[in-house]
Amino acid sequence: MEKLDVKALRLAAAKSRLLAVDAVHEAASGHPGGSLSCLDMLTALYFHEMNIDPVDPKNPARDRFVLSKGHCSPALYATLAQRGYFPVEDLKLFRSIKAHLSGHPDMVNVPGVDMSTGSLGQGLSAAVGMALAAKLQGQTYRTYAICGDGEIEEGQIWEAVMAAAKWKLDNLCAFVDVNGLQIDGATADVMPSEPLDAKFAAFNWNVVKIDGHDMEAILKALAEAREAKGRPTVILAATVKGKGVSFMENQAGWHGKAPNDEQFAQARAELEAQIRELEG
Amino acid sequence: MAGKIATRNAYGEALAELAEKYPELVVLEADLAGATMTKFFAAKCPERFFDCGIAECNMTGIAAGMATAGLKPFTNTFAMFAAGRAYEQVRNSIAYPHLNVKVVGSHGGISVGEDGATHQCIEDFALMRVLPGMLVCCPCDGHEMRLAVEALLNYEGPAYLRLQRSVEDIFTDEIPGYRFELGKGVTLREGKDVTLIATGLMVNTARKAAELLAAEGIDARVIDMHTIKPLDEELVLAAARETGAIVTSEEHSVIGGLGGAVAELLAEKCPVPVLRHGVNDEFGRSGKAGEVLAHYGLTAEKLAEKARAAIAMKK
Repeated sequence: MEKLDVKALRLAAAKSRLLAVDAVHEAASGHPGGSLSCLDMLTALYFHEMNIDPVDPKNPARDRFVLSKGHCSPALYATLAQRGYFPVEDLKLFRSIKAHLSGHPDMVNVPGVDMSTGSLGQGLSAAVGMALAAKLQGQTYRTYAICGDGEIEEGQIWEAVMAAAKWKLDNLCAFVDVNGLQIDGATADVMPSEPLDAKFAAFNWNVVKIDGHDMEAILKALAEAREAKGRPTVILAATVKGKGVSFMENQAGWHGKAPNDEQFAQARAELEAQIRELEG
Repeated sequence: MAGKIATRNAYGEALAELAEKYPELVVLEADLAGATMTKFFAAKCPERFFDCGIAECNMTGIAAGMATAGLKPFTNTFAMFAAGRAYEQVRNSIAYPHLNVKVVGSHGGISVGEDGATHQCIEDFALMRVLPGMLVCCPCDGHEMRLAVEALLNYEGPAYLRLQRSVEDIFTDEIPGYRFELGKGVTLREGKDVTLIATGLMVNTARKAAELLAAEGIDARVIDMHTIKPLDEELVLAAARETGAIVTSEEHSVIGGLGGAVAELLAEKCPVPVLRHGVNDEFGRSGKAGEVLAHYGLTAEKLAEKARAAIAMKK
């Protein structure tokens, strides 16, 4: 597949937003807020940055991706489906007993998922292991991860951050989806983690700060990460939880709640309008 | 072979010896290389040795990631931290995706001795056994440990391996017909009155208990159950049918380990008296290894008592 340009990436992201919200609505269960905040990054990775092939999802030379904030599976599944790993219609069976799309990413049953995640704090360690394996085996593939800004309250994240710097994993690039909210409220209130740039810099990571919904900025940050030698890169992406659906934006309450039929109708109307605008 | 060695030393030596034969083998450590004996591998093969520092949860996750890339990671720390501290990482990052990681817990049981309760893991068999698809293995001497390490290198899937700190006799190399296979117990001594099914350090204790019983005219069968999961059901059921009474023996809580596994099986498929010899739902304490084992009754004499009691329960 040709790498999509910025305009096409924006459109793909908008389509994934609709697919993700639709999946959560169909399931009447799931996590729309954080899914919508990380979708521009996911789209940039799967439609531009990563060396992957949906026809050969286990190719040893492929780039790897770990959704460390695994509850945002609707975003990952929507991206994988749109990218061709499995039929888009499968998304209607998200979280269903009848299908393979479990509530959190499952590498055994979902094509394209490189690591099973869901229990917060564990995914980045696995990404470190993948990057370390590439170095050991002389492979040139890169490993990407997306962590949540609530997730990084887990101590294991910082263990992984230390380890990635120890082994100079410049083939590892982690995003932190800084949407500022977690289940109980604002991260600043629940457990303040700022200044994240200074923290990661102190752990010897290359730090890039961007607007996580600015597609050009995402691509530029990923290019910078590729150029950084001798240390891993973190992209601190400032985002809006619930991005793209007006009533979900910046509302902690939409972390893990499905829209009802009426709410979904409104969300769909808004997202379809965005898609039409991007198509126009 | 004979002689004496701690299973942790046999393990460490085996890893180093197998380094060249298995180029996918990678060894992860959590700052205990001199205790878990991965120091031998580190010296021989530094490029495949990864000291993750005192961060067992991260080590466990790194191993999972490495396994997805086709490597054969062995993680190393004390049993307490391998099965305890990093439990949920083992569950969700290794067992749930069924990744090919060997979780190695050194210093298992109460024979850790002086360090006391915080470091005496007597729950690891139970914690690991309950995980779907997880193999659980605890070799009884240095000879068996060496065979187990290579068998695990050839076993695809998650597994837990327990090592002991204390130096003990090597004896399985002198058992006629002895053969090691994961998931298959070894009958070390035939007998018809009762069967002692033991694992790890308690296997040799069970042999000694069988000698004590023999002196009284009691003919005890002894089974070395190095693999607690998957349990060798056929061997256990045959022992239950043929001897009519079972005593399990392990350096572990009587809850959830080998005793639990055997009792669960026999309750469902061949109810006979089953007595569990182990640590009776209490924490360990400091002392020399032998003193601590004696304090908790993990001796040949106490095991022989259990055997007599089990025989008395036969109908």
